[in-house]
Amino acid sequence: MPSNSLSEAAVLAGPARRRGHRFGDILFAGIAQASGLFVLGLLGAIILLLFLGALPAFRAEGARFLVSAAWNPVTDHYGALVSVYGTLVSSVLALLLAVPLAFGVAYCLTELAPGWARRPIGTAVELLAAVPSIIYGMWGFFQLGPWVAAHVQPVLTASLGRVPGIGAVFEAEPGNSSLFVAALVLAVMVLPFIAATMRDVFLTVPVMFKESAFGLGCTKWEVMRHIVLPYTRTAVVGGIMLGLGRALGETMAVTFVIGNTNRISASLFAPGNTIASLVALEFPEADQGSLHLSALLALGFLLFVISFVVLAVSRVLLRPRGRN
Amino acid sequence: MSATVAASLGRRRRRTAIVANTLSVAATVLALAMLAWILVTLLWLGLPGLHLSVFTTVTKAPGSNGGLANAIVGSLIQTALGTAIGTPIGLMVGTYLAEYAGRSALGEAVRFVSDILLSAPSILIGLFIYTVLVAPLGGFSGFAGAAALAVIVIPIVVRTTEDMLRLLPVSLREAAIALGAPRWRTIVFICYRAALDGLLTGVLLAVARVAGETAPLLFTSLGNSDYSGIGQAMASLPVTIYQYAASAFEDWVQLAWTGALLITLGVLAINLVARVVVRPR
Repeated sequence: MPSNSLSEAAVLAGPARRRGHRFGDILFAGIAQASGLFVLGLLGAIILLLFLGALPAFRAEGARFLVSAAWNPVTDHYGALVSVYGTLVSSVLALLLAVPLAFGVAYCLTELAPGWARRPIGTAVELLAAVPSIIYGMWGFFQLGPWVAAHVQPVLTASLGRVPGIGAVFEAEPGNSSLFVAALVLAVMVLPFIAATMRDVFLTVPVMFKESAFGLGCTKWEVMRHIVLPYTRTAVVGGIMLGLGRALGETMAVTFVIGNTNRISASLFAPGNTIASLVALEFPEADQGSLHLSALLALGFLLFVISFVVLAVSRVLLRPRGRN
Repeated sequence: MSATVAASLGRRRRRTAIVANTLSVAATVLALAMLAWILVTLLWLGLPGLHLSVFTTVTKAPGSNGGLANAIVGSLIQTALGTAIGTPIGLMVGTYLAEYAGRSALGEAVRFVSDILLSAPSILIGLFIYTVLVAPLGGFSGFAGAAALAVIVIPIVVRTTEDMLRLLPVSLREAAIALGAPRWRTIVFICYRAALDGLLTGVLLAVARVAGETAPLLFTSLGNSDYSGIGQAMASLPVTIYQYAASAFEDWVQLAWTGALLITLGVLAINLVARVVVRPR
């Protein structure tokens, strides 16, 4: 009875195979979900461990940690004011320079450039984003810094430096390292990020809207200014925030060019420091278990909180339309 | 008269458009010029130091003809290990988000956290690995460096995996399920296969990103003046460049430029392969 045994085998194998399916499915889904939970745990662990490491410094300094300009490993007194100031000023200044340029690049890539040129130019801009930050640091230190000190600073000091009220901001300072050079390097670094985000959101504008405006006789610029930009305003701001998030935490490039001085100066051409550059520079010298190390971890925690807020806002703004 | 008003208005609008367009083209040219400036600088200052000995000799004291061999090997090991650890995790998270999570609360939370990790300052990941792996285990190690790089790899792979799997048509999955394939086999043998180009692009971009990372390695693998195992402090190209570029010795600065040239060419080449060769759009 060969046929009978075959069907018997088939009958027996059916549920067994289905059980096998179910086991495989449960296992695979379980691994997938566990990986998701692992990533959640990873961010949780980063926050928790930075906070625990920072606790001794927060205890010792209290609220003074946020408002004190002191940073003295010898007397063991630490404050975050100078590095937070340097972080915010260099990043915001970088955005002021990078955003108009990034908008121009995105406008060019979506409307102006001929079709054949869009991909090569787009790829080149993406390569600019791929250059490692240490390379930007060396370039800034050996090329851009000296160039700015020789050609840009004298011009700005001689013109804007004479304007009463804001003159002090452009006062001449010796040396090639400054907050201004750091902001310039950061601007070049975040420009491709912002430009790529803007290009992607500009491409989401329905062609019908643009065609209608062109049909009414609008120029390309008017379509960009009155159709594309209003339609994508939220996402454009989200892209800018994404760039800000990148600039705030940039470490190596800034460490090379900012001069690493714990001092707040009126002049942009004076050296300063940022949270990331201070941590990169002093962490290797700090003794394990010392208040110095804890204060550096506290700075790291502060940087994390600032970037978390900026990135969270950017993510909400960049959410595709029609989703809540 | 209204005709002249219209004509002058038209002229003004056209002039505005020309000014705006010119400025935009200038901005693009400026961005491309920056890339050119950086590449020319690297070639100009890096090429003169490019000899075979750079690849065959380990780092040495200034003035004794050292190379970068141990740094190059260390970078290769840490990048490979970091990618090997981070890719499977990232792949599974991306699969979870695209195939299982949907719009569930947990899925949204994982997506959010992964996006935050994607843009989080890499120096903080170095600090984190320092407190988890370096301080408790009593020393800097190549493994800690690889772990830090893996944390950076994960969110990059998550993003591309989810995006690529979402591009696949639902009918593809339905066809497999209609044939009696269990869901996991559908995902592994149908979806991964269909999205292979995209998944590979994600991994290559992750490799290119971590190969040039310096900040997360400063506090984890530290650096070493010779070849070393992954249990000891390990040299890497970016950290060596950082130490040499800021030094006062001419031959060290020259080595830093040569190393910078090597790493940039490597990273840009991987990027081009990922963007142009693997993913034809």
